[in-house]
Amino acid sequence: MSIESTLPVLKPADFASDQDVRWCPGCGDYSILAQMKKMLPSLGVPREKIVFISGIGCSSRFPYYMNTYGIHSIHGRAPAVATGLKASRPDLQVWVITGDGDGLSIGGNHLMHAIRRNVDLNIVLFNNRIYGLTKGQYSPTSPLGKKTKSTPMGAVDNPLHPLSIAIGCEATFVARSIDTNIKHLGGVLKRAAEHKGTAFVEVYQNCNVFNDGAWEYAKDRETKEDTTLELEHGKPLLFGKERKKGIRLHGLDPEVVELGKGITEDDLLFHDERAAEPSLAYLLSRMRYEDGFPEPIGVFRCVDRPRYDDEVNKQIDKSLKDKGKGDLETLFNSGETWTVK
Amino acid sequence: MATATPSKPVSDLVEATVRFCGDSGDGMQLAGTQFTNTSALLGNDVATFPDFPAEIRAPRGTKAGVSGFQIHFSSTEIFTPGDTVDALVAMNPAALVTNLADLRDGGILLVNKDAFDKKGLEQAGYATDPLEDGSLEKYKMHSVEMTKLTRLAVEGLGLSQKEADRCRNFFAMGLVFWLYDRSLEPTLRFIESKFGKLPSVAQANTNALKAGFNYGETVEAINTQYHVGPAKLKPGTYRNIEGNLALAWGLLAAARLSNKRLFLGAYPITPASDVLHYLSNYKNFDVLTFQAEDEIAAVTSAIGAAFAGEMAVTASSGPGIALKGEALGLAVMTELPMLVINVQRGGPSTGLPTKTEQADLNQALFGRNGECPMPIIAARSPGDCFYVAQEAWRIATRFMLPVFVLTDGYIANGSEPWQIPNVSDLPRIDINHPIANGEEFQPYARDERLARPWAIPGTPGLEHRIGGLEKANITGNVSYDPINHEKMCLLRQQKVDNIADDIPLQELDGPDSGDLLVLSWGGTYGSCATAVHTAQKSGQKVSHCHLRYLNPFPKNFEKILHSFDKILIPELNLGQLNAVIRAKFLIDTVGLNKVQGKPFSVIEIVNKINSLLG
Ligand SMILES: Cc1ncc(C[n+]2csc(CCOP(=O)(O)OP(=O)(O)O)c2C)c(N)n1
Ligand code: SF4
Ligand SMILES: [Mg+2]
Repeated sequence: MSIESTLPVLKPADFASDQDVRWCPGCGDYSILAQMKKMLPSLGVPREKIVFISGIGCSSRFPYYMNTYGIHSIHGRAPAVATGLKASRPDLQVWVITGDGDGLSIGGNHLMHAIRRNVDLNIVLFNNRIYGLTKGQYSPTSPLGKKTKSTPMGAVDNPLHPLSIAIGCEATFVARSIDTNIKHLGGVLKRAAEHKGTAFVEVYQNCNVFNDGAWEYAKDRETKEDTTLELEHGKPLLFGKERKKGIRLHGLDPEVVELGKGITEDDLLFHDERAAEPSLAYLLSRMRYEDGFPEPIGVFRCVDRPRYDDEVNKQIDKSLKDKGKGDLETLFNSGETWTVK
Repeated sequence: MATATPSKPVSDLVEATVRFCGDSGDGMQLAGTQFTNTSALLGNDVATFPDFPAEIRAPRGTKAGVSGFQIHFSSTEIFTPGDTVDALVAMNPAALVTNLADLRDGGILLVNKDAFDKKGLEQAGYATDPLEDGSLEKYKMHSVEMTKLTRLAVEGLGLSQKEADRCRNFFAMGLVFWLYDRSLEPTLRFIESKFGKLPSVAQANTNALKAGFNYGETVEAINTQYHVGPAKLKPGTYRNIEGNLALAWGLLAAARLSNKRLFLGAYPITPASDVLHYLSNYKNFDVLTFQAEDEIAAVTSAIGAAFAGEMAVTASSGPGIALKGEALGLAVMTELPMLVINVQRGGPSTGLPTKTEQADLNQALFGRNGECPMPIIAARSPGDCFYVAQEAWRIATRFMLPVFVLTDGYIANGSEPWQIPNVSDLPRIDINHPIANGEEFQPYARDERLARPWAIPGTPGLEHRIGGLEKANITGNVSYDPINHEKMCLLRQQKVDNIADDIPLQELDGPDSGDLLVLSWGGTYGSCATAVHTAQKSGQKVSHCHLRYLNPFPKNFEKILHSFDKILIPELNLGQLNAVIRAKFLIDTVGLNKVQGKPFSVIEIVNKINSLLG
């Protein structure tokens, strides 16, 4: 029993705070919260070492529902808050929870820089392609033509693809999952947690109040095998109910092909999440359902690179080692001084 | 090297003010700094005013590119860099035309004759050559072929003409050093340490410096040397210090005294960047500097660091502080300790980046949404920045809130002799982080000062969430309850007000009551103090009240205000403190306001005092 008291085995319920969850009934956020609580005990990290930082939005209420440390910060700034926290305290496991508006609109700059610095954060972007909290304006991921309260004649600005952005920012870990695909989601969150460096995860999340069905094609039992493609490292890009369809490279572009009639698995693209160059991951991030492609889910990219939090502290350690611990008296008396008697 | 046996008469002076001015590429800041350090080492009290253009290299020879450095050095205690200049060094016509107005009648004028060619005169807008047309007759003018003499001095060292001309400032320095009977030793040491790795450059600068010095000694036209003896400063060891360096050191000291790691989140901006530069070099003091992607990230990263349990600081100037506004509200709401430093510059918008102003008091007081009070402390001189940084951190941690520190470009770049403190004499700053005690943790429970506990991640059992939504008192849970919100607004205000119980009573320079109170804050201290001393000496019943604490005010402050017939509030803005005083205390006051990007001269304040006292 003594082992149990030093290493308590946590259960999902241990990660639930005492606050009532206030998302709309049926919101996809519930499922992400449940998977997070389910996955965290498997990491063996004590609760007090975990911090959730969020911005503003429905999704950003997340930290209040976790019995860990947390900050519900201001709109878009969570990656910057988290960078200060993680750089100061590399011993903590830091999660950033953001939305498509929070992360890609007002906070796009911070997201970009956290990712390029490769701060050891786990960033989960809840993409519902809408501004939920402010009651349904279009977001930077809303499709062209989307009619919302603020775009009654349809959106005319091009949407962003979150994973393409992350890859463009030199991301070392990029993944995607779907709120209702709970097993897959749990697995992706765990991979993110285990990655050292910024792990960027996009979760397709349904806002059943202001944008219901935005991801229906990827969630519907009938269609999801054909509209999504589960990535597996080292495996060919296969999809479809019978797993008879695949992705082949045609010049620099992907194309959907049917296996058979002379086309074998060996002709297909093979997934390599550890590729040094991000070209493949980028190509995968560009595959859109509306262009006739299955949308990949799983880990697009996972490579090891130096991390800001680590490097900046190494410089401090090196300086302490080379120069010795700074002494105020010596510092103040350095340079030209004179004495008045 | 001691000065050579004087071959010319030496005239004793109590004090003098010298200004070097030239093109921004002429090395005038270096000349000024060297002259300052030399004078300080000699025991003079010194005050400096570097003044440079916003452009890094405006076109050569233009008025826009003129850079200056003024040094006031004295055998008595002084507080300002001097109203008028006794000796002006002008390296080109543009420098002459833009600076001549400050040279007193009969003052010494040293000009580089070689720069007064047709093009130079045209660029400065001179129709005729002032060196020839008699317009400078009221000054003791020495027109010296500095370019030519410098080139001669460095001949044979293999320097290109451009490189040779870069030594001109050392020639000018040498000449002024001779004029004021200063030793070349400190500058020779500086040359050695700065250019030691480039022997020919070091030699050239040395030659130019000595050539300037010898020129003074030999040329007959310059017939007097001046001597300003050491000042009677308090016994102790001194160094010369600039405000931004003193601030950086104050932050280092505060971190050490509170046993904290220092985290600075900053984005470069004039005139605050040096704080980032200095601290980036003190990593072995356990300092983490984060150059963020913008000021919003700078302040929010500091909030993250504060939550983590670090001594969190963000430093900027007005435009950057504007960007930080929303996040400061978060810091107030989450009741986390941190410092927000504003090295003020001329505004609004980009304004006058390299010029001084104190027009961000309103921003510090009111520049956030909602009822969002923050304590404000302002430094009064370069050396004072050291102490203000520590006091601000003491308050931030005792009361658990973000604290504003205001300095300005004038004291940030200006310098003065600074008595080096004994580190063991500096007050410790005690900080407690709670640990679990078996009871349920209440993140918004409060102590007698109304401060909440600073529980940091990693502490088992104290897991809690904070954020920008209104918090229920004690539990810290999100609360939309109207009565709770009002109570929390009042609590946050009361917490700031309680600081008045924890700071020293306001001191006065002069009698407790009288005809006039001069009320000042921040970097105008020196001019106001000097003006009030002048008035007091002439028998006027004037006292000086200089505020360090602008929010809240010291407890005895109101009583002081009511003890004088008139109150004069000089400010380098259009009356920001003035409006606060009138609104808060319903008292009549008079403002003296200036927004020219320049500090007050003493005479401006003296004149105002005289006009008020009739
Ligand atoms: C500075 C600022 N501007 C605007 C808002 C209003 N606001 C709150 S959430 C939000 C959009 C949130 O959208 P998203 O990030 O997609 O989150 P969701 O609610 O969809 O989860 C906006 C515009 C704010 N809180 N702060
Ligand atoms: S508005 Fe949409 S995103 Fe927000 S809680 Fe409701 S369903 Fe979820
Ligand atoms: Mg959204």
